[in-house]
Amino acid sequence: MKISVIITLKKDVLDPQGKVIHQTLDGMGFNDINEVRQGKYFEIDTKESDPKKAKNKVEEMCKKLLANLVIENYKIIEV
Amino acid sequence: MKSSVITFPGSNCDRDMDVALKKFGFKNKMVWHNDVEIPKSDLVVLPGGFSYGDYLRCGSMASKSKIMSSVINFAKSGGLVMGICNGFQILVETGLVPGVLLRNKYLEFICKNVFVKINNKKNTYFKNINKDVVEFHIAHNEGNYFCTKDQLTEIEDNQQIAINYCNKDGKIENQFNPNGSIKNIAGIFNKEKNVLGMMPHPERMIDTSLSGEDGSIFFKNLINNLK
Repeated sequence: MKISVIITLKKDVLDPQGKVIHQTLDGMGFNDINEVRQGKYFEIDTKESDPKKAKNKVEEMCKKLLANLVIENYKIIEV
Repeated sequence: MKSSVITFPGSNCDRDMDVALKKFGFKNKMVWHNDVEIPKSDLVVLPGGFSYGDYLRCGSMASKSKIMSSVINFAKSGGLVMGICNGFQILVETGLVPGVLLRNKYLEFICKNVFVKINNKKNTYFKNINKDVVEFHIAHNEGNYFCTKDQLTEIEDNQQIAINYCNKDGKIENQFNPNGSIKNIAGIFNKEKNVLGMMPHPERMIDTSLSGEDGSIFFKNLINNLK
């Protein structure tokens, strides 16, 4: 089965890339943006067929490698 | 004195470190990341570079490589482990030193000489060093040191800040902060002070005709402290 993971920066962590993207969008005429935050997206195809077990494994992956919990949050989504 | 330099796929300061360590009297061995055990060492160095192409987060892949369990055990048993630049990024990813290194504040790769002030000399790395401010070289894209408020309080209480970016007179001010690091932090210790991570490269300052001598002062002092 497939599991997705979205990694986002925590609220109080500076995101200079997001800021520049925001400025560029603003320059292109998208003037109604409050803020842009850049993150990461993963699709993990696992042999595990039990959704609960698969999610638990992916959560472990997030904690151990995919996210750095000092600065990032993760969200696991079943596809 | 024996040292080991770990080479990861993408390390590019490993040879420079080897030259520097040998120049000042270390018997150095190069160790491949896929090895299981580090040889008997008085000092283990994680060198600069771009291990695993900086994929995912700088240092994240290297921190999980085979040799690192042995390096982590060595550090936890009190052995000296020094991470320079990408080596510092690997150290924060292992959790041996607190915090993380973010993208530089102004999104530019910085390559220049900087002055750093030695903040704590009660450790093997800087004990007896006859200077308070040294000139080292930095070359990085992700050197913006960040940690949580609680971590910062703990780091300060335990005197874990090793060096801060400053001017040549040792003034630590925002205008001398190249990358946006909290409190101008350029290098940090673990609680026990046997693990040091720093962005500047002392190994690039060991020859007057190429750069400067402050790296020589650092390495000479380090090997003397180990004897």
